[in-house]
Amino acid sequence: MAVDTTVNSAPRASIWNDPRGRAIIYQVLVVGGVVLMFWYLISNTMENLQNQQIASGFGFLDREAGFEISESLIDFSAASNYGSAFLVGILNTFKVSVLGIAIATILGILIGIARLSSNWLVAKLAMSYVELLRNIPLLLQLFFWYGVITVSLPGPREAINPLPGVFLSNRGFKVPVPEAHFAFTMAGVALVIGVIATYVVMRWAKARQARTGQPFPMLAAGAGLIVGLPVLAWLLGGAPTTLDMPELGRFRFTGGITLTPEFAALLFGLATYTAAFIAEIVRSGILAVSYGQTEAASALGLRKGLVLRLVVLPQALRVIIPPTTSQYLNLTKNSSLAVAIGYPDLVHVGNTTLNQTGQAIEAISIFMAVYLSLSLAISAFMNWYNQRIALVER
Amino acid sequence: MTAHEMAAETGQHGIIQMLGVNKWFGEFHVLRDINLSVDQGEKIVICGPSGSGKSTLIRCINALEEYQRGQIIVDGVPLTNNLKNIDAVRSEVGMVFQQFNLFPHLTVLENLTLAPIWVRKVPKREAEETAMYFLGRVKIPEQAAKYPGQLSGGQQQRVAIARSLCMRPKVMLFDEPTSALDPEMIKEVLDVMIELANEGITMLCVTHEMGFARTVANRVIFMDRGQIIEQNEPEEFFNNPQSERTQLFLSQILSH
Repeated sequence: MAVDTTVNSAPRASIWNDPRGRAIIYQVLVVGGVVLMFWYLISNTMENLQNQQIASGFGFLDREAGFEISESLIDFSAASNYGSAFLVGILNTFKVSVLGIAIATILGILIGIARLSSNWLVAKLAMSYVELLRNIPLLLQLFFWYGVITVSLPGPREAINPLPGVFLSNRGFKVPVPEAHFAFTMAGVALVIGVIATYVVMRWAKARQARTGQPFPMLAAGAGLIVGLPVLAWLLGGAPTTLDMPELGRFRFTGGITLTPEFAALLFGLATYTAAFIAEIVRSGILAVSYGQTEAASALGLRKGLVLRLVVLPQALRVIIPPTTSQYLNLTKNSSLAVAIGYPDLVHVGNTTLNQTGQAIEAISIFMAVYLSLSLAISAFMNWYNQRIALVER
Repeated sequence: MTAHEMAAETGQHGIIQMLGVNKWFGEFHVLRDINLSVDQGEKIVICGPSGSGKSTLIRCINALEEYQRGQIIVDGVPLTNNLKNIDAVRSEVGMVFQQFNLFPHLTVLENLTLAPIWVRKVPKREAEETAMYFLGRVKIPEQAAKYPGQLSGGQQQRVAIARSLCMRPKVMLFDEPTSALDPEMIKEVLDVMIELANEGITMLCVTHEMGFARTVANRVIFMDRGQIIEQNEPEEFFNNPQSERTQLFLSQILSH
């Protein structure tokens, strides 16, 4: 069979047989289909809402909510409006996500390193933790922790009292807090100053090492500034030691602060579950750095700690950061399972609002907008960090 | 008995002393009764079939491998499991690996200044000047700002040599430095090593480059199954090998 080598001078293929033409036709068809589908859904919805005489729009946010929320970071009562109720929910979601991410990260790193330990028992314990926690659905784990706290712990009268002022009962955990005092405010300010000062000293220490070659004991200096300054401020403020101690009253505890069973179970469940995944990510990240790197650095005379800090971890982080970002996003979104154990997060509060007002579309749009912006903010931060440490290949 | 063995027995101290060193990997006896004394400025080439323990031997000298019996003394410092001694020895002994092992997250210049800055506590500017000097010596000063991934194999190995030299070591160990290189890049690395040898640094080199051994070595050591079978000056070693195993090995690697 003769091969036609004169493609260019051959008559043009029909638009359907030309790959570029075909691609354009497909794209037009897909976009057209999507637009049509949305138009159909939206027009249907509007019509149905009108038939049911439900007003759309966000005007309901100004109306009085009329329900209580069990825990809140801001002042909230049944007389507040739906808008504040949503804000309470958002802040509660934010609170459990931020704390959960912090705890999951620390726990995950420790367990990930433990899995690589040469100690048989430590390695096997870490492995069992990972395999147990990541293979049970999170919802069941939340029920389990909630059950442990509300069913297995004793009532307030027989509360476990491991430390003075700390009470563990099925009503939650009670912890003492310092009574409001000028010295504590000063200590708080000193903490902020200490953190800023540490950053400044760190830059100075780096410059000094470049200039003279002398490394600076940054760990000790940083600890001194961050812990020492607030302690000093507290001492100068008269060193008040009065704590607001929880005490068992007639019916319930008074004083101190409370970790509700719902919050404790959700935080604990989210953090331990996500830590199992982060542990695997950390382990794979460290294993991804070839042992030759450690050998080369050791052969140059670098001590174990420096090898880890200057050579192994910077390379492991490149592998660890992107999947860890996904885990942070998962944790944030999984916090919506709070609705199952009654922690008043965004979805929980939103559902109540939705039931009372019937504003389903608006409520769900708020859910989606909040989770989307929270997730995109986390992604943006982590991508920025990842780019900063990216490897130049060629 | 060679002059070196006599020196070892009469208690005259070389820069490296290995006395009755034995090492096991589990059941496998990798090093058997190794006695070796290396004088300051000596160039030694170690060859032998794969699995004979030659890499393990030089890796024991900077404590990348532990040994179970015997004694190793480097520049007067006994290598025990004392971390202080290990640090002291490692900062005096440079090592070049088969796989280069450059740090991919650091530029060439940062690869060279890392150890001087953190181990020798040299000011950054001074460390960079030293680094540029040695990059010039291995003939790639123009690559200083690049990352290892952007260089050819031969260039990477020359950077690795320069990285070791920046610590101003008294002894250089080479573990098959040209085995992972394409043929056309072997020469550029060997040229750098020959130049280095001519300056009088003490060198131990595991290699199968017999041409290099003839040009540079004061002594060639043949190892098999964890033992030093034979050692001699290169001319004698190649022209008049004593043991059967050496003859067999040489006939295998020199036959084509």
